[in-house]
Amino acid sequence: MGKDIREDIAWAKINRDVMKSLENPRRLYWVILFAAMMVFSVGVGCEIYQYSTGMGVANMNNPHMWGLYIATFIFWIGMSHSGTLLSAILHLMHADWRKPIYRFAEAMTTFSLMTAGLFVAVHLGRVWQIYYSLPYPNERGIWPNFQSPLLWDAMAIFTYLSSSVIFLYIGSIPDFAIARDNIHPGWRKKLYSILALGWEGTDRQWRNFRVTYLTVACFLIPLAVSVHSIVASDFAMSQQPGWHVTSFPPYFVAGALYSGCAAIITLFIILRYVFKFEEYMTLPILRKTVRLTFAIAMVWTYLNCIEFASVWYSHDQVAKDVLIQKATGPYAPFWWAMIFCGSVVPFAMMVKKWQVNIPIMFAVSLLLNVGMWLERWMIVAPTYSHGYYPWTWDHDQWPSMIQWGIVFGSFGWFTLLFMVFCKIVPSVSMYEVKEMVYHRSQATKKKQLGVEGAH
Amino acid sequence: MSQRYLLALYNNFDEAEAVVRELRNTDIKGFNPDDDLIVKSPIEHPEVEEFLGPKPVKVQFFTLAGAVLGGLLAFFLISGSQASFYSQMKGGKPIVPIPPNMVLTYEMFILGGVYITVLGFLICAGLPAKRSPLYSAKVSEDQIGILVKADDGAAAVLKGIFTKHKALEIQEEAGR
Repeated sequence: MGKDIREDIAWAKINRDVMKSLENPRRLYWVILFAAMMVFSVGVGCEIYQYSTGMGVANMNNPHMWGLYIATFIFWIGMSHSGTLLSAILHLMHADWRKPIYRFAEAMTTFSLMTAGLFVAVHLGRVWQIYYSLPYPNERGIWPNFQSPLLWDAMAIFTYLSSSVIFLYIGSIPDFAIARDNIHPGWRKKLYSILALGWEGTDRQWRNFRVTYLTVACFLIPLAVSVHSIVASDFAMSQQPGWHVTSFPPYFVAGALYSGCAAIITLFIILRYVFKFEEYMTLPILRKTVRLTFAIAMVWTYLNCIEFASVWYSHDQVAKDVLIQKATGPYAPFWWAMIFCGSVVPFAMMVKKWQVNIPIMFAVSLLLNVGMWLERWMIVAPTYSHGYYPWTWDHDQWPSMIQWGIVFGSFGWFTLLFMVFCKIVPSVSMYEVKEMVYHRSQATKKKQLGVEGAH
Repeated sequence: MSQRYLLALYNNFDEAEAVVRELRNTDIKGFNPDDDLIVKSPIEHPEVEEFLGPKPVKVQFFTLAGAVLGGLLAFFLISGSQASFYSQMKGGKPIVPIPPNMVLTYEMFILGGVYITVLGFLICAGLPAKRSPLYSAKVSEDQIGILVKADDGAAAVLKGIFTKHKALEIQEEAGR
């Protein structure tokens, strides 16, 4: 396998290449941006229609109270987890190959959470009452129920979102200073000057920066695990058949890391081409990301089997019926598609040649994400369609086009935010790539000296 | 005596280290290497700390205080709100249930820890900061800068040391 990065890249060239991405991307960037705006406007249109007409247009009715909105909410929360994995966990493990790609992964975390947050409001219908989910007493002094996982959810997501934004910002300060020093005068220079906070790279600043970054990374890891465990508790703490499973929290966390890693591969390939980052987002780094994704895919597959086994051998007939209904009922094509995309497609990642084949990995990563979205839908919908009592059975209810439109629009919103971010904030961390090049070249020099000494 | 700032730029860490070692080992009147010497670099380089001598980092104390205060605030906020239901029938269940309250306490522990760590970072790193008297954009590119503050009389000696170690550029400005 080749080197993760060329060790002889001049530091000034790293600055130049990354700064160029802020000013001069390929034409595809504008095509993606335009497409994202179009997709987002479909979602906005559907939301306006739902808001003005009422929740009935979503075709969500008893027993299907959580439709695509909650399934997609979980999908976006899950997507956010790999930013933390790539950034915080690999940072603690000194895996320096993460350095050219962690910035956009962190951005992905932030924007996924922002997209997920929208679904709480969309699902609520009465958007103006969103503050009910906050720990805030009403006019009679009655506080919300602090024992409800839904309230835990609101607090956990707020904590995760604000901590992720802080983590992303703190890690970008040295790069804002580089941008401040290298960009042409104008509004961007003013913006970077404010964001850089007067950073000059003094020993005092670096010393405190290192400890702060490490500390926030240490906080983020348990936080990320707790967020998706709490989302899992929304389901697992209920008595609904198919949801009351002990393994749900780790299953959700594994699913989250899995979908996030798949999304990182997709965005890696897009950014590499659009911003001409071939020298930084290299094929050996892609291979490492693919291998990591494959490992997580196998963990997810295992936990899936555990979930099926615990339902099958639990002697809970109703939960068993839901499982059978998933595999043979009206949702069967989607359930089997989930199994195929989530557990069979990843085996393509085992083929060494394909691990660095851009078109194949792009297609695989998209299929994995389709699988992971289906997974969330298959958690929510089948349970509602086949509850404890026959009078709650409703196998024919299908989400309306309004629901599909809003879900579709959320992908446009995420892409829009992400692409605008990449045009304003350096999506490759310049100072960390310099560190990577520096430490690797030092290690090579030492090795060469050792060999010469031995002779 | 009036003071003067000098900034010397070097190509690599080895040269910068040699300069710092000489500055620290030479007795120069009107220049205190512990307080008047700053190394600026484009990357985080732990070796800089070694040759500059030990300087403590106090961000962790902010972290500890933030995390503990965040956790306590959450626990007492939740317990206080639950305790206001004391007159209601709870069916034998505790008025303040500890296990479910731990979830939000944990979240606020992290939230407080993160927020106050960042505050600590800004305080300890002296940010936001005004531009120092001498600054070169090359430091954010690929050069190592050594900024010193000294009495006018020491400037010539310092410049001599910088030149001896082949500084790429020396900038000078009168201090306040």
